Amino acid sequence: MIQVEGLSKIYRVAEKQPGLAGTLRHFIRRRTRNVTAVQNVSFKIEPGEMVGFLGANGAGKTTTLKMLCGLIHPSAGEVQVAGHRPQRRQAEFLRRITLVMGQKQQLLWDLPPMDSLRVNAAVYGISDAVARRRINELADLLELGEELTRPVRKLSLGQRMKAELLAALLHEPEVLFLDEPTLGLDVNAQARVRQFLAEYNRRTGATVLLTSHYMADITALCPRVLLIHQGRLFHDGPLEALADQLAPEREVRLELESAVAPDAFAGLGRLEQLDGCDVRLLVPRDQLTTVVAQLLDRFPVRDLDVSDPPIEELIGGLFRQGRV
Amino acid sequence: MRICGLNRRIIRVLLGSQYAHMLEYRAEIALWALSGVLPFIMLSVWSGSDARSGLGLDGVALDRYFLSAFLVRQFSVVWVVYAFEEDALLGRLSPYLLQPLHPLWRYVAAHLGEQLTRLPFAALIAALFFAVQPQAFWLPSLGGLLLAWLATWMAFAIAFLFQSLIAALCFWSEKASALERLQFIPFLFLSGLLAPLTAFPPAVRAMSQWTPFPYLIDFPARVLAGQPVDLLAGFGAQLAWIALLLPLVLMIWRAGVRRYSAMGA
Repeated sequence: MIQVEGLSKIYRVAEKQPGLAGTLRHFIRRRTRNVTAVQNVSFKIEPGEMVGFLGANGAGKTTTLKMLCGLIHPSAGEVQVAGHRPQRRQAEFLRRITLVMGQKQQLLWDLPPMDSLRVNAAVYGISDAVARRRINELADLLELGEELTRPVRKLSLGQRMKAELLAALLHEPEVLFLDEPTLGLDVNAQARVRQFLAEYNRRTGATVLLTSHYMADITALCPRVLLIHQGRLFHDGPLEALADQLAPEREVRLELESAVAPDAFAGLGRLEQLDGCDVRLLVPRDQLTTVVAQLLDRFPVRDLDVSDPPIEELIGGLFRQGRV
Repeated sequence: MRICGLNRRIIRVLLGSQYAHMLEYRAEIALWALSGVLPFIMLSVWSGSDARSGLGLDGVALDRYFLSAFLVRQFSVVWVVYAFEEDALLGRLSPYLLQPLHPLWRYVAAHLGEQLTRLPFAALIAALFFAVQPQAFWLPSLGGLLLAWLATWMAFAIAFLFQSLIAALCFWSEKASALERLQFIPFLFLSGLLAPLTAFPPAVRAMSQWTPFPYLIDFPARVLAGQPVDLLAGFGAQLAWIALLLPLVLMIWRAGVRRYSAMGA
């Protein structure tokens, strides 16, 4: 459904020194430099896949999404989405895709979402009866009711985002590009949007490429992830494989009956934290069972928990350490 | 079937939603209508001036000319460059570009919705004018009214295309509206808003005929006021400007979209 080969995007950015002298110099001789936002990125996404797009701010996620939906022309490389070259933005292509940006809106601010939905139905050539049926179905899934007849400006951020999703999906696109769709939403609203996206994918078989700052979005929805950093693709595969690659250690948390000296944990992994009876260790994955057995044998353990460290920390740490 | 990307349903729904949207701003639009009284100010300036005789219009004809100029301006005022610039900067343009409808149609619908909202306020101001100047009252013939409506609509089309051309430059410069301000001065002088074009020296008048400005106010205002005017030349010039600007706008727009980097999105 999506084929990307050697995709690159280079922006020309103006450079200006601060202060009056810098402003005058900039006015007389404008200096620019090239910034490579995306560099030689290649991947394929099959129909119906839900793929997470990970990376720090400025890594090139949004630029890639915009090239995939045809908003930006690539500097180099080839893109095919649903059999079309996106940058040509043919009507037939636009009917098959959608882009949702968490911080941007397409709904008319002063009117109820229903007015914008009627416009979208007309623009996409959806009959009134079909539009009504789809609105009802999607509104049910999104738990939207009377909100659709209240002015958009009166809606909460969560309600607005759900209405935006409804507007973006009214034409039943086959390919969804979602850029931070849960940004700024509270935990409940995030969960609701996630459930909705999973259900939409299950019902329609739509292909989804999702960027998010919330790891929970990715772990809940995307079995496969792409990791991009400084415009280059560093990982394309299952989320678990990325976790293994990023986190060769697992986190073991202990709650002891009584405090123990730090020396006692020598040879049992890396002691990250010792706060009275609470202990946090990082243990190599291949030694996990042996170490856990030894911990239970040596110490008065009241509670024990094994988990992966938060993936946001892992990715952030990896980039900070320069390992990618 | 769609013509230029539109069909009857899209036109109906788009106009309906934009009219409803503009009604939310009715108080602001009433103030805009009120702020368009420059022709009345100019009328009072000319009425008290000895230079009035050089305009070639007697008292009542001058009253009617400036009232017509006011009405034509009310229904041909264009602000697409400001709306477009804001949409481009705030990233609202991106969703519009990803729908199978040229984004300019949304701005056309917004302008028509605004004109419809403005209609009662403009009518009220015209009624007040007649209350103050009852001798200036006239009712144009149906044919004259239709011709004036057509000339005003074509004036709007020229102004819209001209400003869309400037708006399309937003793809290159984020503050293209500065160019719009630059063309406002020649518009003010050469459109007939400050004085009928007959007030200008023949050389300026001849030069102005090669610009779109006289066809934005002076020509439709004269048609509405029922003054002698070369209809064929006027409508011909309006058509020629539309024929020139339309492909230019579409060409610059296409080039601009290729350059578009979705600023702020």
